[in-house]
Order: sequence, then C-alpha cells, then structure tokens
Amino acid sequence: MPHQLYIATRKGIWIASSTDRKKWSLWGPKFLGQQCHHVVLDPRDRKTLLCASRQWHLGPTVFRSLDGGATWKEAATPPQFPKGDVRERAVDHVFWLTPGHATQPGVWYCGTSPKGLFRSDDHGVTWTPIAGFNDHPEQHKWVGSDKDQTPDGGKLHSIIVDTVDPKRLYLSMSGGGTFTSPDGGESWKPLNSGVAMDFAPPKTDGSEYEYGHDPHCMVQHPAHPDRFWQQNHCGFYRLDRPSEKWQRVGKNMPAEIGDIGFGVVPHPREADTAWVFPMDGGGDWPRTPIHGKPAVYMTRDGGTSWKRCDEGMPQEQAWWTVKRQAMCADAGTPVGVYFGTTSGEVWGSTDEAASFSCLFRHLPHVFAVTYGEPA
Amino acid sequence: MKVVVPSQLRGYTGGAKEVDAAGGTLRAVLADLDRQFPGFRFRVIDEQDRVRPHILIFVGGERCEDVAAAVPDGAEVFIAGALSGG
Repeated sequence: MPHQLYIATRKGIWIASSTDRKKWSLWGPKFLGQQCHHVVLDPRDRKTLLCASRQWHLGPTVFRSLDGGATWKEAATPPQFPKGDVRERAVDHVFWLTPGHATQPGVWYCGTSPKGLFRSDDHGVTWTPIAGFNDHPEQHKWVGSDKDQTPDGGKLHSIIVDTVDPKRLYLSMSGGGTFTSPDGGESWKPLNSGVAMDFAPPKTDGSEYEYGHDPHCMVQHPAHPDRFWQQNHCGFYRLDRPSEKWQRVGKNMPAEIGDIGFGVVPHPREADTAWVFPMDGGGDWPRTPIHGKPAVYMTRDGGTSWKRCDEGMPQEQAWWTVKRQAMCADAGTPVGVYFGTTSGEVWGSTDEAASFSCLFRHLPHVFAVTYGEPA
Repeated sequence: MKVVVPSQLRGYTGGAKEVDAAGGTLRAVLADLDRQFPGFRFRVIDEQDRVRPHILIFVGGERCEDVAAAVPDGAEVFIAGALSGG
C-alpha cells in the first residue's frame, strides 16, 4: 500500500510517494503559482483528492482529482457567500478542508477567509454556505474586527465531524475561538472554557470570555473520540468529554520552551500520545523555533510530561515555521510523523519522532502536509 | 465584441488570447463568457459582483469597476492581471 504526503505550498502542490516510508519520490508541481492551503485525500474512498487553491488574480476555488492528482477539475460552484450578503462578504481564500463522516460519502466541509463554513454533498463539485453558522446573529461578534485576524485574513479551520455522531460538528477560528454544533451546523455554542486569552484584560467580574480566543489547531483523537487536543495562541490544551473545560497541559512543557505553536498531531491509536512543534511566542512573536533550534515535543502521558525530539534536525540557526496544517502522522507501526516548513523543507520520522530526516528541500513555503494511503 | 484574455484566464478559454462575446453591459458580457467558458465569471468578479482586487477590466480603453457599465457596440473588453504583487 503506497504512502503519500500531500504538500500544499504558497506556489502550488506536490505529492510525495513511498512504499516503505524510507525512500520517497516527489511528483509535481501542480497549480504552479497558486496559493494552495490544503490538499486532502478522502479517507472514505481513498481516491478523491481536494485542493483548496487561491490564484492571486483570480481568487479562490476548490479543485478535485479522481486519478491521484494527474488531472483536476474545478468545482462547478466554489464556496461563496450568498449574493447580496448583508455584510458584503466574499471568499478570499479557502483555508481548510475536512471530509465528512464515514457514513456520509461525498460530504465535505470547508472553512474560508473571511470566516465562513461551507458544505458539499457531491464530493466537492458544488458548495453551499452553512447559514446556521455564517448568518448566526452573533457570528459577527464571534469573528471580531480586523484587529482579531491573522495577517492575511481571519481563518476558519479545524472543522471536525465527530467520529461518533455525524451531526456533532466542531470548528475553530483565528481569532474567534472554538464552537460546537449538535445538529449538523444549525445551532452553535462556544467551547472555550479554560482557554487563556492573554491579549485581552481579565474581565472585571472574574468570569471567562466566552469567545474571541485564538485557537491555532484543534484535533479529535481518531481512536478515542472523547479526547481533543488544541494548540492555541495562548497555550496547549486537552479536553476530555463530557467535560467542556480545556486543561492547559502545555504548562508542563519546559518553561524555556513554552507551549506556543501552530499544529498538533495525535497518535493514531494511543490516547495519551501527541506531538507539537513549539515556537517562539515571546517579544515580537517571531514564531520560529526557540533559539533557532527546531524540535518536536512529544507527550505519552496526556500532556503531563514532554520529551524533546530533535535528532536529525539542525542544532542551530534554523528559523523556519511549521504552520498549523503542515504537521501530520501516518498510522504505521511505529508511527511516522511528518512536517513541512516555511522554508520549503519536508521532514519525516518513521520512529514516532525519535529521529527525523529531511525528505525534500527547496520547495516553496509549505502551508500544509497531509498523509494518505490511496487505493 | 472582442475580449482580450490574460494568461491567468486562458485555462478557461482553451488557451485563446482573444475571444468573442456579446452583451450590452459588462455584466452581460461576463455572463456570456461564463456560458462559453464555465467558471470564467467567478474568477473575474466575486459573489458580490465586485471586480476582484487584482483584476483590471478596460472597456473601450477605459478602466471599469462596475459590472452595470454599458459596453458600446464595437468596444473592446480588455481583461488584465493587475501588477499588484510585483
């Protein structure tokens, strides 16, 4: 069974393939010159690939391939807000793609900038806005003002379809916080209790902010669905349902490293194992490896303790960033862990992050690296 | 009328640099182009009928930002990728 990494970059996409996870071959580019934020293989049919693309002049769209990336067809109706939208919103770029529930073949969700949630029921050919979120009377407050966005526009990301209940959805926004819906997107409520918001003053009554937080990436554990991890602008968190309160387990990271970063990757089987890539969130927020010494950090006990994993990585003067979609894992034994960098490198480990090697370099700025096993 | 197509949009026109379209307004011309070349319109204007930020449209040599603008008989529609971005 082939292993593939889908590498989305600021200048197009590449696909890396391997039969043994040791020797990798690189195919591409496709969509050269286009900003591609996410490429995802449908795990249900292991055939459909979707790519979220933004051509600088021509704006956003979604492409679909049914032949492993050899040919692509543009969505007949790309994600777009309704014409005449009272807030005059227009999609600038599609940022995030999530396949629907295993029992709902053909269903996909996507998140956009400005923040919008869209659904496709036909494998990504046509997309419709989810009004329950996009037009919620409070939504304009949740998404905040221009000062509450990431530099190239706010992001709606980390769309999760509960593996237990296909009607239960989760999403996160940078900024805006995390929200959940029990009914397929018709109604929503914030899910941010326990999450710090260092960029706002404490509320005078001592209560928590309901929303306005800055989650960078949230995942549901694939095999233990009540376990969630969240890498936030203000720390690293764990949530164990039925609790609705996040615990800042990143406080257990070494103080000189801190718990700021973009991505988080759960182990495919072990509930308590996860990997993060800490970055410098001090001073001017360079978002680079701390002291220029990159390292993955791994917990095997639910975040109580953390181990530095940097064997094979540069030991100094490495200043790249690993973005929120640019870190992933396979389901092998031992697990492979992969990440891409803003300097165009892709790194991989086949021993659960004990050691890494550089698989590819000289690519454009990497936005996303996802893993798949095509049929 | 003649429509000049920039390189970024030639994937929709089968590589053609110039195509013919009909319509008395820019909206109608874009609708005709979209009929001929599905998907073309959305790459030029957004869902709120605004010309995309990095697209320029000239009608008869004059910059045009309004899809309701008239396109006189015989006027050339020139679509360009803006220099924005360097």
